[in-house]
Amino acid sequence: MEYIKLIGILIIVLGFALKLDVLAVVLVAGIVTGLVAGLDFVHILEIIGESFVNNRLMSIFLIMFPVIAIIERYGMKERAAYLIGKIRNASAGKVLSIWMVTRSIASALNIRIGGHVQFIRPLILPMTSAAAEASKGCPLSEKEEEKVKGLSAATENFGNFFAQNCFPASASVVLIQSGLAVAGYDVSLSDIASSAIYVMVISVVLTIVQVLLFDRKVKGGRKS
Amino acid sequence: MTNFLGVYFPEFFYVLCGLVCFLTAFRARKNESAKLGTMLFWALTGIIFMFGKILPSAVVGAMLIAMGCLTVTKQVKIGKFQESTPEFRKASSERIGTKIFVPAVTVGLIALILSFVKYDVVKDGVATPTALNGAIMTGVACVIALALAFVICKPKIADTKEDTSRLLMQVGAACLLPQLLGALGSVFAEAGVGEVISGMISSVVPQGNIVVGVIIYVFGMVIFTMIMGNAFAAFTVITAGIGVPFVISQGGNPAIIGVLGMTAGYCGTLMTPMAANFNIVPCAVLETKDPKWSVIKAQIPMALMMIVVHIILMLAIGFK
Repeated sequence: MEYIKLIGILIIVLGFALKLDVLAVVLVAGIVTGLVAGLDFVHILEIIGESFVNNRLMSIFLIMFPVIAIIERYGMKERAAYLIGKIRNASAGKVLSIWMVTRSIASALNIRIGGHVQFIRPLILPMTSAAAEASKGCPLSEKEEEKVKGLSAATENFGNFFAQNCFPASASVVLIQSGLAVAGYDVSLSDIASSAIYVMVISVVLTIVQVLLFDRKVKGGRKS
Repeated sequence: MTNFLGVYFPEFFYVLCGLVCFLTAFRARKNESAKLGTMLFWALTGIIFMFGKILPSAVVGAMLIAMGCLTVTKQVKIGKFQESTPEFRKASSERIGTKIFVPAVTVGLIALILSFVKYDVVKDGVATPTALNGAIMTGVACVIALALAFVICKPKIADTKEDTSRLLMQVGAACLLPQLLGALGSVFAEAGVGEVISGMISSVVPQGNIVVGVIIYVFGMVIFTMIMGNAFAAFTVITAGIGVPFVISQGGNPAIIGVLGMTAGYCGTLMTPMAANFNIVPCAVLETKDPKWSVIKAQIPMALMMIVVHIILMLAIGFK
């Protein structure tokens, strides 16, 4: 009855699908999985507590909130919209394409430019939605606004993920090397990193296609 | 010095994160409903940030369960806030001008500069150059940006406190999800969930067919990453269980197959709410209508295309 250990996955899938409270779902999944695997309750609490504290870096972006609070109150978004409005033929797709190329290169060189809190909310999203409005010629519908947000966040992830392995000392490349070494294959970090270029180039091209298709949709939306 | 940079200085920034939480907890006293629950929730979050390193792990675990009880009984809510008016924002954006971008750009610039800083960690008499802790890079950058924002905008402190609490309440419990899912991953690892799954997959895969092997490896990475929310965890398990026996040992180039296996996993990351820091927190940060799926919806077409790209690339360039 090894399969009973997968019950945590079932709880997560059901909980997320039924839109139950996420915090509670994750905690229940962890506790139940631990219990069916024969771990002691206090030990489960210890694993959860320790790992949570060790992962605090994931939430370090809280420290940026006061900065965003100030610059948004004092008209950062309005200024971004004004500047984009001055560029002729600006469009959401063009802004996001430029961002995708910049983000991918930065990621490939392990330069820390990016982040949903640090870059997308204060800079990229205001510019993208201002550009989309400029190219449409009237305010965006709620659905288009939602799509602009989704695409802005997605572009950040695409650039981050698909380019990061081009940097030989990135955590993922080191992990690939050690994973292969365990299996008996010795490969150099630079061999791995140079193999990552295909995926980076293809992902940039596909992203540009996706965001430019969105441009056409936005321009088409003006008529309706 | 090593201890300072590796341990104490990062803690300073977690203390600041804790202060942001306490600020929000204090503001929750003005909530119209769920006053007590909301205060307690953010206070507990603040305590974990500040004192996480010195509290016993089991106590932190118990606090998290208390927080889960608060959210599941709907005792954590967003208060009512007076937002700035469009007229005010427009007027001040004209007054301040393009300087308003300085703080945001500073965050990136300083983090970038700090990412090149290395210091020596001496262990057993051997010095290894080490990059700064990520908390220091982001923390220093944000503190300097905050100082610049104060100089450039001259905001009222009361307004800034209000806006900060509003931002955190809007992001809400979602901001803790990445950490909590990381914790779930640790429980899964301790319980041996990975072994069960890789055993299941390798028992149904036929050996000896390269195309089938590649397809199963790519999908194994995608699906396992979606379940664990983390391609790194998936890579170790699936590459050992499927990648090596079914693809690499049949003549695949280990460097190419390995790196493609990893990014195949990232295609899974793009499609799963388990990768909360990439897919769910951004929904909260960008205030999308749909709090869970807006970002994932935008990513699914790309993820599916990239899965196909990975299979083709592995077959085309992986066996030379």
